[in-house]
Amino acid sequence: MQGLDFSVVSSYLDIIWVGVWWTATITVSASLVSVLGGILLAVAVLHGPSALRYPMRLFSWIFMGTPLLLQLYLIYFGLVQIGIDIPALAAGIIGLGLHFAVYNADILRAGITAVDMGQTEGARTLGFSRLQTLRYVIVPQALLNTAPPIGGNLIALLKESAIVSVIGVTELVHSAQLAISETYRPFEFYVIAAVLYYVLNLALEGILKVIETRVEATR
Amino acid sequence: MNAASKFAGANDRPMVQVIDAHKSFGAFEILKGINLSVNKGQIVAIIGPSGSGKSTLLRSINHLEALNKGEVWVDGIQVNRPLTGHAFEQHINSVRQRMGMVFQHFNLFPHMTVGENVTVGPIKLRKMPAARARDLAMELLGKVGLQDKYDAYPSRLSGGQKQRVAIARALAMEPSVMLFDEATSALDPELVDEVNLVMKQLASEHMTMIIVTHEMRFASEVADRVLFMDGGIVVEEGPPSEIFSNPRMDRTRTFLKKHLAG
Amino acid sequence: MDFGLMARIFPFFLEAALVTIELSLLSLALGLTVAAVITMFRLSRLRTLRAIGTLYVSLMRGTPCLIQLFILYFGGPQIGINLSPFAAGAIGLGMNIGAYMAEAMRGAILAVDRGQTEAARVLGFSRFETMRIVVLPQAAKLMIRPLGVNAVALVKGTALVSTISVVDLTYTAQRFIGSTYKPFEIFAVAAILYMAMIYALSKVVDFLDRRYAAA
Repeated sequence: MQGLDFSVVSSYLDIIWVGVWWTATITVSASLVSVLGGILLAVAVLHGPSALRYPMRLFSWIFMGTPLLLQLYLIYFGLVQIGIDIPALAAGIIGLGLHFAVYNADILRAGITAVDMGQTEGARTLGFSRLQTLRYVIVPQALLNTAPPIGGNLIALLKESAIVSVIGVTELVHSAQLAISETYRPFEFYVIAAVLYYVLNLALEGILKVIETRVEATR
Repeated sequence: MNAASKFAGANDRPMVQVIDAHKSFGAFEILKGINLSVNKGQIVAIIGPSGSGKSTLLRSINHLEALNKGEVWVDGIQVNRPLTGHAFEQHINSVRQRMGMVFQHFNLFPHMTVGENVTVGPIKLRKMPAARARDLAMELLGKVGLQDKYDAYPSRLSGGQKQRVAIARALAMEPSVMLFDEATSALDPELVDEVNLVMKQLASEHMTMIIVTHEMRFASEVADRVLFMDGGIVVEEGPPSEIFSNPRMDRTRTFLKKHLAG
Repeated sequence: MDFGLMARIFPFFLEAALVTIELSLLSLALGLTVAAVITMFRLSRLRTLRAIGTLYVSLMRGTPCLIQLFILYFGGPQIGINLSPFAAGAIGLGMNIGAYMAEAMRGAILAVDRGQTEAARVLGFSRFETMRIVVLPQAAKLMIRPLGVNAVALVKGTALVSTISVVDLTYTAQRFIGSTYKPFEIFAVAAILYMAMIYALSKVVDFLDRRYAAA
């Protein structure tokens, strides 16, 4: 037992700040991948050619049935195996993004199905193609309707982003580990990291609440 | 109706007494100083438009709503005694056992059979042996005409049957007073009579009853006294013959015109 | 795909899967216990207990489970807590999932109609008896599905303990990826085992749901 001393943290604020910045960047990037990927997956499963549908189902099924950490290993080490050498950061963002894209797709699929059939008919009679109807009429409504659960997934994504440190991506956990390797004070730095995640989490919840209020106001 | 019991109770303390009851929800004052006195064996009907405070008054009698000011007495015991914490909890649990309450939406326990709904109170609260509780439940279910439903689950019953079970459940605690909160409002019209019939039977047995209702005809048939409430006050009260055929107040007249026309 | 390799490594993975199962069951039991206590706190009349319950759920859900494990396992010795990797993993995961399960429990309890509580209270039942005799039996049925979802998340979440050197399924997979350079084969073997566990778990949840919630 060496006792706690949080004052050591002050010498490592720069490193920690870099970590916070990268965690925020990774969260935003992976969120975009997860929402766009989720839309593509949902549309592909509902409206794609059947040759595409079943592989997509299988893909979703595997991603929902295995741990994110394992998926990150597959992407990071697997892509190299087939000749695609991507940096850890990209692998982390793609892994996180795809993992949550599958969950978002699940929500969006229900959302798209729930949007009134009359909406489709209305758009088609205006002369929109099937794809245009989806693009301009159905998907936007589905996104609005599913904003709260998708927001919930993004909050989970922020916390799960800590896992990308395992493949060596620079972010908050990684910064804490750097500082710990010099100071041997894991408790202090991990607690600081936890506090910062908590603050980021509150900020994200705040942003999502604003978005939800805006969405509510449009109806 | 019930003239005998009224005279018999004339010298006693009232069974239910509400003194200067005030209740607000936020800035909205729902009860503005209500006084009510119900003698043993008396049947009082409370009528009035929705939002008049009639349900709140009834619910405050067994402390489902806590008054901001005023006193409630039942059977010689103050319901809203100024106790706190565990002491109040014990007090309110015992005083509630003297009152039966019937809700608009029945609130039968869906995970228990009809028999269990009726016996759970006597067995757990009055420590009655299961066999005796069963006999009591059978007797009460017989009274409301549902003995054959003893082992059925509430989900298998019609609304009218559910409400009759709810009445039997309340009676199983052998209460000194029964409170009815719009007991037939949630029922299909053809099921109202079966519940009203049970209530009339209770009336004929001199059960003390306070009935919040929107059924004027039933109120006039069963009540000894009618209270008309509006805007958180008792606008007018008297025997049904007076209130329904010769109301003194304009507000009462307007209300009755709307509700007796149909 | 190198099926020969997959067959050769399968026994090692099966053994690792047992560790994952053991860890899942232990942390599930701990999680349910923690959740029950926290739920009691949050429904208590005492403001202090309610505040503790709310704070616990907020902290555990507001920070990454990975960090919680690191604080417990790496930071623990600094405050006199020395745990084996496996113990730290089981306790950390259980305390984390307990917060999520507490949310599920509270949601189910609040979903029971208010009229049920009122009906029990006017019969003269105490708050505690009302909870035990009337509300909980109904809420228990509503809890089965959401708690099942949490349990599935927990099984996948056990992979995190590989980072504190518990030799679970994911740790084993990572080791074999490093030594064989066959990530797809290794992933396939681990994935099959994870999905088998989750499938079995979801069957148990389905069974419980049919047995108790349908009635």
